[in-house]
Amino acid sequence: MSTFDTIREMIVEQFQLDPALVTPEATLESLKIDSLATVEFMFLLEDKYKFEATSEQVELRTVQDLVNEIDRLLAAQRAAQAAQKDTA
Amino acid sequence: MKRVVVTGLGIMSPCGNDPASFFANLIAGRSGIGRHSRTFPEDTTRWLTGEVPPFATDGFTPMRLGTLDRTTLIALLTARQAIADARLAVPDKSRAAVYWGTGLGGAGTMEQSYRQTLGNPATARVKPTTVVMTMNNAAASEISLDTGFTGPAYTYSIACASAAIGIGEALRAIRNGYCDCAIAGGADSLLTLGSLKAWQALQTLAREDAAHPETSCRPFAADRSGFVLGEGAGAVVLEEAGAARARGATIYAELVGFGSTSDASHITKPSVDGQARAMRMALDDAALAPQDIGYINAHGTATSTGDLVETQAIKAAFGATAMHIPVSSTKALHGHLMGATGAVEFIAAVKALQENIVPPTAHLHKPDPACDLDYVPNQARRTGSLRAVMSNSFAFGGNNAVLIATRFN
Repeated sequence: MSTFDTIREMIVEQFQLDPALVTPEATLESLKIDSLATVEFMFLLEDKYKFEATSEQVELRTVQDLVNEIDRLLAAQRAAQAAQKDTA
Repeated sequence: MKRVVVTGLGIMSPCGNDPASFFANLIAGRSGIGRHSRTFPEDTTRWLTGEVPPFATDGFTPMRLGTLDRTTLIALLTARQAIADARLAVPDKSRAAVYWGTGLGGAGTMEQSYRQTLGNPATARVKPTTVVMTMNNAAASEISLDTGFTGPAYTYSIACASAAIGIGEALRAIRNGYCDCAIAGGADSLLTLGSLKAWQALQTLAREDAAHPETSCRPFAADRSGFVLGEGAGAVVLEEAGAARARGATIYAELVGFGSTSDASHITKPSVDGQARAMRMALDDAALAPQDIGYINAHGTATSTGDLVETQAIKAAFGATAMHIPVSSTKALHGHLMGATGAVEFIAAVKALQENIVPPTAHLHKPDPACDLDYVPNQARRTGSLRAVMSNSFAFGGNNAVLIATRFN
């Protein structure tokens, strides 16, 4: 499942939304996901993807922004793991 | 001064999740106390508690449920019940207020955040909404958000008197024209391991009756040994009487008296003088005489000192009349609901007034000679037409609150 598919499924479940509304271009505002809910949702995504907590503030406006942020964090995590393996 | 009436009731409690079934259970002497439905991760004890029975959360998304502490959730649902019961129509929401009580707000969320954090603070992850779930004013604020009431939304955190003081302060606000109507009451859900352990350490929890755990709380009895910690919420809609009558509201009672005092003597040991002054202040506020009161819902926590002091305080406030007034503690059945208890018990008193039937003090089989009032032991009692009822709430810290309601004429 792509990152987008996973995130869409979680948005639909958590916010009880019509899946058709959850497109990459959809703004979080149009889905009535405010900044507080976005932070809480990112926390659930961190759980899902087993990220370390991040306190960086990234502007997340659309569903695609969420996808990009998760992909970026996943790539960073993979790079960190690879670096650890090399030093070991 | 404006008159204030009660036009809506809401309850979630160990004895039922609506006022009618709650009161029916009190009258039948059915206990809501039992073994806690789950154990805690760090402890295998099946604590004795009073839990709110399972309830529906239709209309709440998983995200929303995940960001409301249980105290706030039951507060919100109970406030909705009361507003629906009142069929409240608020022409000007800026004139509508929230007066809410809670002892420890989001205690469950706070404990969960400690659980997540303290083991490994360096890598711990805590829910981002922990702050807004934990703050003591979360329930009042969520009720304001839910109703759209834009008058004041106040939180009173005065231990076991929180909800009673919330209701009393709402009475004063409407009387004096600061608002036209209010949702008032309180909620607490402190059935967390840390909280149970703390109450246990203070030696206030009832000794468990192994054969009949549901009877462990025995107010005013010789074999009383403390209370059972419960959770719950109680809410009333209060309105200026003229407006309520004009809109054709069902009026359950008139809220006529509020007394509030402090003992200034000890942080836990109650004072006869402080409690008696609060009762007399409520009688004066209501312009009623002791003999007008037909029922007292006692604070009655079943601690050895608390019940004795309340008995003496009732005698000090009512004089010879004290011996003729039915007094009961419904905590025997629903447990001690802390920040909610003043509202839940005030509603019990209002229901008694409405139905002319006084709920019993359950599990009172061994009288204590030092507690010699008429406690309505074990059996509910039909009365003649009740004119006025009193509800007592006395908090740790030495803060006393007394409410009086009458039939509305």
